[in-house]
Amino acid sequence: MSQLAVNLPGLQLKNPIMPASGCFGFGREYSQFYDLSTLGSIMIKATTVEPRFGNPTPRVAETTAGMLNAIGLQNPGLKKVINEELAWLDQFDVPIIANVAGSLEEDYIEVAREISKVSNVHALELNISCPNVKTGGIAFGTIPEVAKELTKKVKEVSSVPVYVKLSPNVSNIVEMAKAVEAGGADGLTMINTLIGMRLDLKTGKPVLANNTGGLSGPAIKPVAIRMIYEVSQHVNIPIIGMGGVQSAEDVIEFFYAGASAVAVGTANFVDPLVCPKIIEELPALLDELGFDHISECTGRSWKKNEKLAYHRA
Amino acid sequence: MIRNEECIVLSNQEIAHNIFELTLKGELVQQMNEPGQFVHLKVSGSVDPLLRRPISIAKIDQENNMFTMIFRAEGNGTKLLAQKKVGDVVDVLGPLGNGFPVEEAKAGSTALLVGGGIGVPPLYELSLRLKERNVNVIHVLGFATKDAVFYEEKFSELGETYVVTVDGSHGEKGFVTDVISAQNLSFDTLYTCGPTPMLRALEATYPEKNVYLSLEERMGCGIGACFACVCRTQDDPTGYTYKKVCTDGPVFKGGEVLI
Repeated sequence: MSQLAVNLPGLQLKNPIMPASGCFGFGREYSQFYDLSTLGSIMIKATTVEPRFGNPTPRVAETTAGMLNAIGLQNPGLKKVINEELAWLDQFDVPIIANVAGSLEEDYIEVAREISKVSNVHALELNISCPNVKTGGIAFGTIPEVAKELTKKVKEVSSVPVYVKLSPNVSNIVEMAKAVEAGGADGLTMINTLIGMRLDLKTGKPVLANNTGGLSGPAIKPVAIRMIYEVSQHVNIPIIGMGGVQSAEDVIEFFYAGASAVAVGTANFVDPLVCPKIIEELPALLDELGFDHISECTGRSWKKNEKLAYHRA
Repeated sequence: MIRNEECIVLSNQEIAHNIFELTLKGELVQQMNEPGQFVHLKVSGSVDPLLRRPISIAKIDQENNMFTMIFRAEGNGTKLLAQKKVGDVVDVLGPLGNGFPVEEAKAGSTALLVGGGIGVPPLYELSLRLKERNVNVIHVLGFATKDAVFYEEKFSELGETYVVTVDGSHGEKGFVTDVISAQNLSFDTLYTCGPTPMLRALEATYPEKNVYLSLEERMGCGIGACFACVCRTQDDPTGYTYKKVCTDGPVFKGGEVLI
């Protein structure tokens, strides 16, 4: 068996690497650069019932070792995503994780019910943590009881396992994780972006038209590692980790923290080939570190009584 | 086809105040077929600055696999780019976007090329291509001040050229639109690149003409995936219709997008 193959609820992945939602569109652009079947999975761009135009521009601003974005969940709506984007993605041998978003509870339920019926959608990622939309999104992601109820209702209608995407913009992320686990979540994805701002030196005003945006990129990696480290010790469902991943070494660090798979976000914008590069580099890195299989790395940071890999005979 | 290649710096020099002319060598020049396209440059191997920088292409030399860009060293990315030395490598993704349609100007007709500031560079390759097609070219180039002026002679070699500065320190005083009306310039096709207010003014002044505008917007990926650089269309100004500046543009026909 491959060193990289992992099994998660609904997802039999040839490797644990996937582009993160919102950083890969629906894959079309990246298919110019490589065969998308190389990927473990693809987390497609957030889908809402109706089409959304999103926020005014500027929608992105660079920061030190990171970027702020406030796209505003622009997407062509549920029908087009199913009939055009998912249908197009069906040519590739890759399971899709569909990111489900909305403003009202009913919106999430409708998208989840319909999109989970599509044959190449193997799991849902419940987006209760988008910081860039005025209603919904983040509101569901910051109050544990509300998140739990939404998870429960989405679980009832979904034909595939449901992963809940957690926001780092909360005072107690463990509490949020436990709440959605109690609501029936099959897994967690974390972290979404951190809310940030950048001001223009000449005007003194925010650079982003939306004023605030979500911070991503290498700058947030330590926050992601800390949160996965904390959450993974308190839940019994797997975590797909994300937040500033750029290299095979970063992937291993996320596994050590407690992740069972890893998503790559902002790095796709810098290097369109970053995902296949990481997939190619991982086996040699695992060999170097003395692991037979990548899953041996999960939770190494906190698991007790485990000999270090390189101490094995 | 889009390529990603480490290109080699052949020259990099300051040709006006904070304005640099950078020439790179690489195989991807063979893919550059339209004036007005751009490349996305990684200016440093580190995570700061993190993102690539979109820079327009000013001159294409396919015979020698060379291309030239002209940029203003303003932010931390372009300042690093300005420090590149001959022999250094630059990670280039490109060519990207759709350029100016040269075939829209018929042989024997007149094309007016209007550039503002750092929007002037892509008009140079455009002018060369139009000349090749026996199109009569007129250039109106606007700059802030005298020390920001570049390529005046190069454009003059190709056709009638008017330079205008906001403060009047060189050429005419005022805006490009002032010169076009004062000189009573007549033309069949208008190609323009520069600050948004300038593009807006030109589009509004010549609704009956064949106008092509090159837009600028903050970009993330440059390949259409991140939805950072979208704009609305004029026929659906409040709906869901959109165009991406990076892949649908950066050149649009007048009347197509809301600027």
